This record gives sequence, structure tokens and C-alpha cells, in this order.
Amino acid sequence: MTAEETAPSPTSAPQTRSLRIGVAGPVGTGKSSTIATLCRALSDEYRIGVITNDIYTDEDARFLRAEGVLPAERIRAVETGACPHTAIRDDVTMNLLAVEDMEQDFAPLDIVLVESGGDNLTATFSPSLIDAQLFVLDVAGGGDVARKGGPGIGRADLLVINKIDLAEYVDVDVEQMVADATAARDGKPVLALSRKRQQSIDELSDWVRQLKGKYHSGEHVPTDPGPMAPHFHADEDGGYVHTHE
Amino acid sequence: MARGTEALLLLSDGRLPAGGYAHSGGLESAIRMGRVNDIEDLKRFLTGRATTSGAVAAAFAAAACGACLGDRLEDVSVLDDEFQARTPSPALRQVSRTLGRQLLRAMTAIHPHQLQQRLPRRLNHPVAFGAAAAMLDLEPDDAARGVLHETLMGPAMAVVKLMSVDPFDAHRALAELVPLLDTIAGDAATYADADPATLPAFGAPLSDVVAEHHAAEEVRLFAS
Ligand SMILES: Nc1nc2c(ncn2[C@@H]2O[C@H](COP(=O)(O)OP(=O)(O)OP(=O)(O)O)[C@@H](O)[C@H]2O)c(=O)[nH]1
Ligand SMILES: [Mg+2]
Repeated sequence: MTAEETAPSPTSAPQTRSLRIGVAGPVGTGKSSTIATLCRALSDEYRIGVITNDIYTDEDARFLRAEGVLPAERIRAVETGACPHTAIRDDVTMNLLAVEDMEQDFAPLDIVLVESGGDNLTATFSPSLIDAQLFVLDVAGGGDVARKGGPGIGRADLLVINKIDLAEYVDVDVEQMVADATAARDGKPVLALSRKRQQSIDELSDWVRQLKGKYHSGEHVPTDPGPMAPHFHADEDGGYVHTHE
Repeated sequence: MARGTEALLLLSDGRLPAGGYAHSGGLESAIRMGRVNDIEDLKRFLTGRATTSGAVAAAFAAAACGACLGDRLEDVSVLDDEFQARTPSPALRQVSRTLGRQLLRAMTAIHPHQLQQRLPRRLNHPVAFGAAAAMLDLEPDDAARGVLHETLMGPAMAVVKLMSVDPFDAHRALAELVPLLDTIAGDAATYADADPATLPAFGAPLSDVVAEHHAAEEVRLFAS
């Protein structure tokens, strides 16, 4: 039977509600790898499902299935019509149904991870789709990216600075990058990660465990990282800073 | 049409968050197969779509709206089966069901209505559109116009991402089709209370073939 045939009516709420975690960040920073790492580390403790959002293909879903970190049917792809940003923020219906179907078909699930299609620094999830979100940067993008700000870097629930094993090859001072990011986030958590460093994987897993605890105790309140940050437009008079509201 | 105009605009605006933006209405595949190469081709494509799938969708939306307004919900199921029978391509059936479901899911949040609980579990998009129109107190004529508009706006917006074309030209093609669309919508509205089996069945075999090809493609921009 296909997902479509077993799908609940559009109105019936899922039997069990999972903790829904979004994973956003620019192209190639390691969103899929972070999800694979989390599934590997936590699938003995939690029943997990994954939704990927691809732009042209279902490459990410295939990658995760090939990693064998979850039963293949618990990884599903949503096609975003070349607008990954829209699918996680302006029009979340496709993703919302995918999450609800997943929760219904594999009930009870503890966690559903939603990977955003790689976009730019402005793309963040709407809280109408997820309860908390990670924003993933990598050291290879340069040490100054964390200072560039934007809603994901500034206000995602967790900022991940990935691939720190590569730092020495790209002349990035990880400590400085973490410090810059922490400053840009008013003390919200920043995690330096490498899939090759077990300790960093343990820290990531612990963050998810704590989030899960807070979610169930009602302590965790989903927050919106917010609209696009104010930014600069050049014009004849030298330009101006504005916000999108 | 003075009453309810705002609700019709709300429902048929492509920006309604119901996932429609991920579809090109078969245009991506038509371009890939070399059948649409320039703006004249696009206009022919849109005309074909309006007079076949568009006209059928409009009649079904009008009839579904009429059935909901008249509280003939058993007819809604029959209409859905009849629409299915007019959609030979399994890929297009899947797309239509998905879009119908997305629309109703969005409507539960946008405009909660008791009709939602009483509708069949799964509905094809034009039937769901007619039901959504009824929830917004719109008339069958509105439902026909709205769904026809959506049927053409999808590919007309997608085209700028798919081939090198002036976006003004794409909208000019739409503007030139306005009289035809008004006629089609007007005809469709006459099916508001018709026996479901008598609704039009204009086929578009090439669209069916193209949709099947598209579904099998490894790399694509749009879901359909
Ligand atoms: N050295 C190193 N490479 C990594 C690490 N994490 C991910 N990568 C590599 O970075 C590349 C991109 O990783 P993905 O996980 O596919 O990145 P993504 O953000 O999902 O990419 P998109 O979905 O295309 O935006 C792959 O070649 C990974 O193997 C890491 O911790 N260390
Ligand atoms: Mg990925």
C-alpha cells in the first residue's frame, strides 16, 4: 500500500505527536550527515522518522537510506518545486502532511527530523511545522560566516558548526568561530561538531535528549527565529538598511 | 458575482499555502520533450490545458460545490469516482489526490468548517476545490472560475523557471486567453446540479503520457 492509500483524512489529528526537529542551513554544510549521525546515536533510545526536502532529486532520502541508519520506509522525501525556502516557511502544507502521515503510519514515533533543502542564510523553519530547529554551518564556508548573522545563525534553537576536523585545512580557528557565533546568539547554544569526533556527537545527542525532556515537561516553547534580518541595499544615494515584515 | 469575490480571490490565489507551487501542470515535461519551445507553444499548451483538463476540472469543481451547498454529500463521492475515471494516468491521479488533500488540510487551519468531518477521506483536487469553495460560501460558478484559474496559473508561473522566456509574455498569453476562460467557466457552471455521470470527459492523452514520463524522471524541478 502506498502512503497515499493509508493516509488519514485531512482532518484527523495524528494519534501520537512526536517531537519535530528541523535541520536547516546552506547547501552542503552537513544537514543530511548530521541527521544520519543523530539516527545512529539515538535510534536505540527513540523511534525516529526522517523527512527530506530536495530541490531536484530525492538524493538526500537515498543517501540516508543507503546509510542504513533507519528502516528505509521511515525516510520519506518531499519535492519542493525548486523552492526549499517556501516549503519550510511560507507554505508548509506538504511538509506538515508528510510529518503527520509519518507519525500516523509508524505510531508511536518519538522524534521526526525534517531536513530543509539547502538554501541560504535566511531560510528557517516556521514553528507551524517544527518544534525546534538546528541551523548547520561548516568551517569550510569560512570562519567569518558565523558573524554574518541572519535568523538561523542568530536564533535557531541550536547552531551547529560542522566539519571541525577540516578546520586546520581551511585555516579556521574553531574556538574563535564558536565565540563569534555565541556572541551573535546572546548565549544560545553553539555546538562544534565532526562526525569523526565522538565527544561532539555525544554533546549533540545530549542536546536532543534534553530538548526531548523539556518538550514533554512543557518547558520548551517553540520559537520562530524570525523574519529575514535587516540588510543592506545599495542605491545611488549610498544605500539603506531595511527589514522585511 | 459581487458577493463572495474576496473569498474567491483568497481560495484561487496561488499564494494560498496548499503546496500548489511545487507543480508545473505538465509543462516541465512538455518542455523537456521538446513540445514547448517558445511563447507561441506555451500559448497552445495553455489553450489545450484550458479546454481539456481545465474544462473538466471546472465542471467537477462546480458540481462538487453544488453538491456540498445542497448537502448531497453522497454525490461528492460519486463525483470523485467519476473524476478518477476521467484521469487515466496513475501519476496524475496521485497528483490530484495529493493536491486535494493538501488543500483540505490547509483549509482546516485557514477556515475550520463542519463539512470537513463529513467529507470522504480522499478527494481529487477539483472536487476538494469545489468543497472548499462551498465552505467559503462561494457559488458553483466561483468554484469553476477558481479552479480553472489555478489550472493555468501553475504552468504560467512555472514557465519562467523552466525556459528562457519573458515573464510579461507569459502573462500576455494568459490575458489573451481570458475570453476563452470565461466561456469555459460559464459552461462548467451549468453542471452545478447535474448527474455526475454526465459531466464532461475531455481527454488529453498527451498530458497523460507526459505525466507518466515525468513521474519516472530522476531529476526534475517540479513534482508534476
Ligand atoms: N570531513 C567532514 N566531512 C563532512 C562532515 N559532515 C559532512 N561532511 C561531508 O560534507 C558533504 C556534504 O554533507 P551533507 O550531509 O550531504 O550536506 P547537506 O547539508 O545535507 O547538503 P545538501 O542537502 O546538499 O544541502 C559530504 O561530502 C559529507 O561527507 C564532517 O563532520 N567532517
Ligand atoms: Mg542534505
